[in-house]
Amino acid sequence: MSHAPHGPRALDAEGLAALVDALVAAGYRVLGPAVKGGAIVYDEVASGKELPRGFTEDQDAGRYRLGRRDDEAFFGFAVGPTSWKRFLHPPDLLRFRASREGHGFAVEPADGAPTSLALLGVRPCDLAAIARQDRVLLGGPYADPAYAARRTEAFVVAVQCTEPGGTCFCASMGTGPRAESGFDLALTEGPASAFVVEVGSSRGAELLGRVPNRPAAADEVAAARAATDAARGKMGRTLETAGLKEALQAAAESPRWEAVAGRCLSCANCTLACPTCFCTTVEDTTDVTGGRAERWRRWDSCFSLDFSYIHGGSVRRTPSSRYRQWLTHKLASWHDQFGEPGCVGCGRCITWCPAGIDLTEEARAVARGPVPAKAARKE
Amino acid sequence: MTLAAGANDPILPRPYRVHRVQKETSDTFTLELRPEAGQASFPFAAGQFNMLYVLGVGEVPISISGDPGLPQSLVHTTRSVGAVTKGMGRLQRGDAIGVRGPFGTPWPIEAAAGNDVVFVAGGIGLAPLRPALYQVMARREAYGRVVLLYGARTPEDILFRRQLKEWRADFDLEVHVTVDRATRDWRGNVGVVTHLIPRVPFDPYHTVAMVCGPEVMMRYTVMELERRGVQLEDVHVSLERNMKCGVGFCGHCQMGPKFVCKDGPVFPFEKVRDLLNVREV
Ligand SMILES: Cc1cc2nc3c(=O)[nH]c(=O)nc-3n(C[C@H](O)[C@H](O)[C@H](O)COP(=O)(O)OP(=O)(O)OC[C@H]3O[C@@H](n4cnc5c(N)ncnc54)[C@H](O)[C@@H]3O)c2cc1C
Ligand code: SF4
Ligand code: SF4
Ligand code: FES
Repeated sequence: MSHAPHGPRALDAEGLAALVDALVAAGYRVLGPAVKGGAIVYDEVASGKELPRGFTEDQDAGRYRLGRRDDEAFFGFAVGPTSWKRFLHPPDLLRFRASREGHGFAVEPADGAPTSLALLGVRPCDLAAIARQDRVLLGGPYADPAYAARRTEAFVVAVQCTEPGGTCFCASMGTGPRAESGFDLALTEGPASAFVVEVGSSRGAELLGRVPNRPAAADEVAAARAATDAARGKMGRTLETAGLKEALQAAAESPRWEAVAGRCLSCANCTLACPTCFCTTVEDTTDVTGGRAERWRRWDSCFSLDFSYIHGGSVRRTPSSRYRQWLTHKLASWHDQFGEPGCVGCGRCITWCPAGIDLTEEARAVARGPVPAKAARKE
Repeated sequence: MTLAAGANDPILPRPYRVHRVQKETSDTFTLELRPEAGQASFPFAAGQFNMLYVLGVGEVPISISGDPGLPQSLVHTTRSVGAVTKGMGRLQRGDAIGVRGPFGTPWPIEAAAGNDVVFVAGGIGLAPLRPALYQVMARREAYGRVVLLYGARTPEDILFRRQLKEWRADFDLEVHVTVDRATRDWRGNVGVVTHLIPRVPFDPYHTVAMVCGPEVMMRYTVMELERRGVQLEDVHVSLERNMKCGVGFCGHCQMGPKFVCKDGPVFPFEKVRDLLNVREV
């Protein structure tokens, strides 16, 4: 078998299906787009034939509509309600079992060796989001073993963006619409589902070598590059990030927090949809005899009152302080903690907010400061 | 309790047994823990905490209150306030308990050498300070004046009474206790602990202060210390936030840009001053 060279290659629709099948054959649990509940989600893909085609979506603040395209594109949509953290940092995870033994008890780790994952269709913003979570969960003095077990071996097939969605602003956050690294393979979908493939690792090259592919023609490569370049100008949202961190951190007492809290339902949709939010809680349970116990780790949200509870009462009692925590963590304090923003501009929190609250708009308003009464009247 | 694989997993409790239970006050108790036979104990620094797991009930952060010079017995002093701490209070000698740690930043014991040391404690806040007291007492000659200002709710709530008396007698520890509510035979101070600060002798320009108690108490304490001329970089506080992991994964302990579990709990005051001034941060 010949190994694919590292220059750009090309793949057609059958080649893509063969790629999925090759991943399955290699023992990966392949996760990719699927249509469920009126949205594109990520789910298990058992074979290349299952990949949905011809879908698109319409996204705006508080709005998501699945639609049909007039072609058979595989990746004619941006991002949906699920993100890869569902698989790399699962929402509910059994961490250990403990059982009483005499006066003592035994603790047994529950998270064995999960099957290797292959992520198919990772958008550049989501690739950046995975890198954000890597830094949180693997980059500190301790590494989260559950995350490491899923993440370290994960095979990543990225898909470059040519048609950003209505709430996307990765170009502002510097995370897209093109990914330069962090993938094993990266696809750019061209007309008639001809893919230009960039090879990002030797195992990517090795896998590609197992499916029918050909060298990409120079004009195909140029067209793919031009399409991602053009995507820059088609973002549904923008956010000016220069000076934003400082402005937000200076605005702890901005009246805008109260105003947005008046609309916010504290439903936590934004934190659940957000691909970088990493917060979890634990739940300790026992059977009726109290002899067997389990520790579950579950996604949590800084929008809940309990999140900051200490004896005597929660630290963040008001919805405005919780919204402020969320937004300033994403766009300001994350910089202090990890040297980059915690937002990658995927737009999910905007689309999936039932109240249609737009983080870019709130950040702008808080950073701008209160509008003087006169100017406000003129607006 | 036996522990299977994954002993290096920072979220798996390690097996310990309750070796001794000491009732301190009506709602506060001290547990002395020993590792399960065959397991090694770990060194810790004054100011660090452990996550203590009561089977099936839950896990909470509790500071180590014992002597860092005697790490083979792990001592914690806990006030029963809710489900987990009450469950912990029901444990008896020989019972098992899970331990993860030690986590967090230490009190500046070495950096304080050559200076006067002022400890200010409120309520259960004396427990996280006790390891620092042990260390300063162990090298008493390396420090100048050593003062403990301690506020308790009532005379019955005073922790470590006998030990404080011994340190006062044998190690020249100056102890001033005040209570919120006096009982009939109490002849000491009544009122908040901050009122003691202007009255005690120490050299403000060569003083390191270590403060642990409720957040408001710490804010006022620092104001008083500053008024006396103590530099804010020489004032250290131990902060408390909800903690589910202790190692920077769960996000619960965040306070602005700080993770109290790994950047703290002990902070130089000037590093958190601005945050403490923000409401509900
Ligand atoms: C770094 C650190 C050191 C501490 N050291 C001590 C100590 O030495 N002695 C002592 O008595 N207490 C100490 N505490 C406080 C102790 O952790 C809480 O009293 C305990 O978590 C209460 O749990 P509970 O289930 O009994 O109470 P509940 O009120 O039923 O609490 C429910 C849950 O809320 C959270 N929670 C409640 N209160 C606190 C709190 N004050 N801090 C953090 N999380 C809380 C816990 O997750 C707890 O399981 C410390 C806290 C921190 C953060
Ligand atoms: S904050 Fe919103 S736009 Fe930013 S990464 Fe999270 S979900 Fe995406
Ligand atoms: S925004 Fe809230 S839920 Fe998300 S990571 Fe930050 S603290 Fe956690
Ligand atoms: S306690 Fe979990 S991040 Fe600090």
